[in-house]
Amino acid sequence: MLSAFLAVLRRDLLLAWRGRADLLVTLAFFVVVVCLFPFGVGAETNQLRAIAPGVLWVAALLASLLALHRLFAQDHADGTLEQLLLSSEPAVLWVLAKICAFWLTTGLPLVLAAPALALLFDIEEGALPVLTLSLALGTPILALLGAVGAALTLGVRGGGMLLALLVLPLYVPVLIFGAGAVEAWLGGSGAAAHLLLLGGGLAGALALAPWACAAALRIAME
Amino acid sequence: MTTPSRAVTRNPEGILRFAAPQQFYPLAGTLAPWFAQAAAVLTAIGLYIGFFVAPTDFQQGEVYRVIFIHVPAAWMSMLIYLVMAFWAAVGLVLNTRLSFIMCQALAPTGAMFCFLALWTGALWGKPTWGTYWVWDARLTSQLLLLFLYFGFIALTRAIEDPRRADRAGAIIALVGAVNVPIIYFSVQWWNTLHQGASVSLTKAPSMATTMLAGMLVMALAAWMYAIAVALWRVRALILERERHTEWVGEVLEAEGRAR
Repeated sequence: MLSAFLAVLRRDLLLAWRGRADLLVTLAFFVVVVCLFPFGVGAETNQLRAIAPGVLWVAALLASLLALHRLFAQDHADGTLEQLLLSSEPAVLWVLAKICAFWLTTGLPLVLAAPALALLFDIEEGALPVLTLSLALGTPILALLGAVGAALTLGVRGGGMLLALLVLPLYVPVLIFGAGAVEAWLGGSGAAAHLLLLGGGLAGALALAPWACAAALRIAME
Repeated sequence: MTTPSRAVTRNPEGILRFAAPQQFYPLAGTLAPWFAQAAAVLTAIGLYIGFFVAPTDFQQGEVYRVIFIHVPAAWMSMLIYLVMAFWAAVGLVLNTRLSFIMCQALAPTGAMFCFLALWTGALWGKPTWGTYWVWDARLTSQLLLLFLYFGFIALTRAIEDPRRADRAGAIIALVGAVNVPIIYFSVQWWNTLHQGASVSLTKAPSMATTMLAGMLVMALAAWMYAIAVALWRVRALILERERHTEWVGEVLEAEGRAR
C-alpha cells in the first residue's frame, strides 16, 4: 500500500519537475498579487504593516486556487485517472499522494516565498516564523479542500470559475485563523491558539477530504 | 443514462413506494396546492398580527416590524440547507433519485430566503445601527451560506449528465453542511478578536407575546411556502428527467385533456 502511495507521489513530483515552468507561474502570481496591494492602498508604512498578514494570506489562497485545476485535469485528459480508479489500490491512498505532490509543488514554494515578501511590508521580524508556520499548516488544508472541488468540477464547462465559487467559502476559516495567527502574535496575545486550531483543521481535513475527493472522482468518471 | 433505482425495481409497499418519481409526481401535485393555501392564509394572519396587532417597539419604533419577514427568512435559509444535506445523504446511501431531486428543488428556495434575510437585514440595519452592513458574525456567516447555495446551484446546473449532477451536488451539500458550523464559529471568533461588539444582536429585548406570535406564524408560513414551492419544482424536475418514459407521456396527455 505504501509503495502505491510512493509511486504516485514520485510520478507526480517527476511530472511537476519536467514542467517546472508551470510551477513558477503560480509562484509569480503570488508575488505579483502581493506587490499590487501597495499600489492599491498606498505605500504608507503603518498601513502596509497592518494589512500585511491578510494580504499575504489572501494572495496565497488565490495562488493555490488558481493552480487547483491542474491537480486532476491532465490525468483526466490522458486516461491515467481511469486506470488509477480501476486499479486494486484504495483510491483514498493515491488521491492523498496526488494531493501531497500538489502541495509540495505549489503550496511549499508559497510558504517559502512568503517571509521574503513579508519584508516588503515591513513586518516585524519576529512575526516571520509565525507567518511561515501558519502558511505551512494552512496551505495543506487549502489543497485538501480544493482537491474535493477540483474533483467535482472535473471536465465541467466553466470549471474554473465554478471551482472558485465552490471552494472559496470553504476557505474562509483557514484564512481567518491563518492571518489571525500573525495578527495575534503582533498584538501580543501569542499565536499558539490559532496555530493549534489550524493544526486541528489540518488533521480533520486530512482525515475527511481524501475520502470525499475519491468519491467525487468516482462520480466524475462514471 | 440513469439507471432505475432499486426502490422502483423492488416495488416496495407503504410510504417507500413514493420514492419512485412516477408515484411521487401525482402525490406532489395533490399536496402542493394545500401547502400553498396554508402559506397564503398564514402569511395573511402573520402580517396582520405583525402590522396591526403587535405594539410599536419603544426603542426602534415602527421599523422593527421588518422582523416578521427577516427572522423567518433567516431561519428558513439555515433549515433548508440542513434539509438539503439530509436528502443528499439519503440519496447517496439509499441511491434514490427522488432524494437528489428534492435536494435540488430546495436549493433555489433556500438561496431566495438567504438573500431575503440579508436584504431585509440591511434595510433594518440602516435606521437602527446607521449602516447597511457590519461584519458581524451572523451577517457574515449568512453571506457565506448564500455563497454555498450559489455554489451548489451552479455545480448542479453546470453538469449535464443528471446522474453525475445529482451525486456531485450531494457531495458538495454534505461538505458544506460539515463546514457551516466551522465557518460560523471561526467567523464569530474572528469578529470578536477584531472589534468589540459595537452592535449586539444577541441581547434581544424581551419580546411582547404578540410579536413572538406574529413571528412564529410567519415562520410557519415560510415553511408552508417552501414545501409548496419545492413540491412544484420537484414535479417539474421529474417531468424533465423522465420525459422519455411512457408514463410522462400519459400524464401530460391526461393533463392536456383536462384543460
